[in-house]
Amino acid sequence: MPSYVITEKCDGCKGQERTACMYICPNNLMKLDRDRMKAWNQEPEQCWECYNCVKICPQQAIEVRAYADFVPLGGNVIPLRGTDSIMWTVKFRNGVLKRFKFPIRTTAEGSVNPYAGKPEPDFANLKKPGFFNTSSDLKKI
Amino acid sequence: MELETCNFSYCKKPEIIEVETDLLLIGGGMACCGAAYEGARWANPKKLKIIMVDKAAADRSGAVAMGLSAINTYLGENEPKDYVRYVRGDLMGIIREDLVFDLGRHVDDSVHLFEEWGLPVWKKMDDGEAVDGSHPAKKLSEGGKPVRSGRWQIMINGESYKVIVAEAAKKALETNKQATGMAENLYERVFIVKLVLDAKVPNRVAAAVGFSVRENKAYVFKAKAMLLAAGGAVNVFRPRSSAEGQGRAWYPVWNSGSTYAMAFQVGAEQVLMENRFVPARFKDGYGPVGAWFLLFKAKATNALGEDYCVTHFEKTKALYDPYASKLGTAIRNHMMMEDMKLGKGPILMRTHEALAELGKTMTPKQMKHLEAEAWEDFLDMCIGQAGVWAGNNIEPDKTPSEIMPTEPYLLGSHAGCAGLWVSGPTDLGAPKEWSWGYRSMTTVKGLFSAGDGVGASGHKFSSGSHAEGRIAAKAMVSLCLDEPDYKPAISQSIDQLVGEIYLPFEVYEKYKNYSTDPYVNPNYIRPKMLQARLQKIMDEYVGGVSTYYMTSKTMLDSGLKQLEMLKEDANHMAAADLHELMRCWENLHRIWTGESHARHILFREDTRYPGYYYRGDFNKVDDKNWRCFTISKLNLQTQKFEMSKREYVQLIPD
Repeated sequence: MPSYVITEKCDGCKGQERTACMYICPNNLMKLDRDRMKAWNQEPEQCWECYNCVKICPQQAIEVRAYADFVPLGGNVIPLRGTDSIMWTVKFRNGVLKRFKFPIRTTAEGSVNPYAGKPEPDFANLKKPGFFNTSSDLKKI
Repeated sequence: MELETCNFSYCKKPEIIEVETDLLLIGGGMACCGAAYEGARWANPKKLKIIMVDKAAADRSGAVAMGLSAINTYLGENEPKDYVRYVRGDLMGIIREDLVFDLGRHVDDSVHLFEEWGLPVWKKMDDGEAVDGSHPAKKLSEGGKPVRSGRWQIMINGESYKVIVAEAAKKALETNKQATGMAENLYERVFIVKLVLDAKVPNRVAAAVGFSVRENKAYVFKAKAMLLAAGGAVNVFRPRSSAEGQGRAWYPVWNSGSTYAMAFQVGAEQVLMENRFVPARFKDGYGPVGAWFLLFKAKATNALGEDYCVTHFEKTKALYDPYASKLGTAIRNHMMMEDMKLGKGPILMRTHEALAELGKTMTPKQMKHLEAEAWEDFLDMCIGQAGVWAGNNIEPDKTPSEIMPTEPYLLGSHAGCAGLWVSGPTDLGAPKEWSWGYRSMTTVKGLFSAGDGVGASGHKFSSGSHAEGRIAAKAMVSLCLDEPDYKPAISQSIDQLVGEIYLPFEVYEKYKNYSTDPYVNPNYIRPKMLQARLQKIMDEYVGGVSTYYMTSKTMLDSGLKQLEMLKEDANHMAAADLHELMRCWENLHRIWTGESHARHILFREDTRYPGYYYRGDFNKVDDKNWRCFTISKLNLQTQKFEMSKREYVQLIPD
């Protein structure tokens, strides 16, 4: 299901150095056409349908059209990702609609404090099994 | 054809950026994120520098980029030795039990961290009810009970799994930046394509070179210790999809075998590269079946309703025991394919019957919840499959759904065990040959690996890869502290290395005007065609889908001849832009990985992994001669593959 950009909705992220979709695509597929200020998927046959461009687009200008080489037309899967949950709308070819909402994280974005409450590393254990925060002896065979 | 070289006569020389560091993390997936987290904690007080280089953006890079609906390795109440038994059974009797045991005793801490950072984990409440991760409940580390879909798997709401893990890794890198005063230590959209050995110290890695896929910049990173964890290999074989759908690989389409190829090219030993994974998944979308099998107790049958694991069991046992009786993933695949070859397909996952069965004891509200859980399984980790169902009007409570074995994949962290030979833990009684140096180090000094990179130790999955990255990073710190005076040095000139990287640009610029169509030109090959050629060779000669995964010495010999010429032609790859340059290098890595795979299959004269591939000329499991590791190493002088056997030792009794 390659992603595609809806011409009318895309604003090219207002001429910033890179668009949100360019920032996030794990396969480097999204490009900005600076003449039109519109983004596009430059290699749809390498699109994994990870939906990361769809989820991140501030204009909701990106959707996915099912891989035409094996999916009949007419269905659609659209996410709306918030800060703690994601809503999905699944539309079937025959018009059946399903909606789902799932949690995505239990903490505020950006709130991870990686070493808070964790012990300092003990360099006497550097060559032993275990992590810096391992407190008990690890199992042996 | 004449050998092409690049001295920037035709293409523009990029800006060259040289960076020195202590630890270099190549990749940004679960393993490198784990390494950043653990590594920074040890490195900061000693002012050791850590740099992470990611081909994509760490928030959504690697195999977990889309998310996951389960964590497949969480031991909890289980014993590490039982985990070893399970992995050994699934991987047909040959694993590094030291690595697997070590992973098993470390992995839970990473899962506890994920939950602490904000990953929602499903819980089983005291009344037996399963609730999703947004409900207030005790954390796993506080004794909270996970919802297990299998003995080792726990359910999560994992849409943002990678974002959360990357956030912790990026924050950890930030602490290292502050501790060391580095200006920058996270390089995104930089693709490392080649490692360089030290000029003075034999068999030691000194530098990694690559380029920005967005700007005309080339990079040379010199490091004392490197973690190469850039994933497995996808699209080495011709995929079942013929057009757009080629992107819908089961494993991440951007995993191009870089880990194996780059390590192998500097002399690191590979192990069990004949191993592959052929997952049986929902057809075309390759959506996960684990929750359907394990959580919803759905059955898969042929189109006549027969259970192929029953009808083909005796025959399979005769060929492939003692492993057939364990009904591992490969064996179940094999029995399914037997039915497919008999024309008894399509193979169906009987989702409608499973839901009807569960519905007998559930309220309508519970059933509604169950339906959501079933869809979440796709929407968390394989959204395309939801699209396949929507487009085909498939409602799982009404109709069964087709499953299909995919094209082959090479990997070391999921249900496969191809990868690099690394040094294991010292305290588990493993043979000396398994534990000769720093933990997680390959046979090249200073070069470490984790996740999909480490062979003979599958079933780590996401959590295990994170934990393995942490284990490696700690050992890398140890190496840096032991040898404070080591300074990496390389003998090649930087211009020469960068010229090699930019060669496809030079070739393109040199010849592009010869023909009126820049895609059809006798002087070069564009990476897309190169990939198609590789995939066709691998598919037809090395046991792809078109031969039902069947190959033999004669077929492999023919395939290898063609791979040799393909490798020669890779010198004539042409790229018109940076994106295409990335594809050129990915495909070069794929070719090396594919060749390794073919040579290992040729070397191993048994059918160790039926259901994944078959040697028609040795179609049985031969424990007497082949219950051993297969090792490949590139002779750096002759550039020839050297194959050998290495003894398998069982550390944990049956």
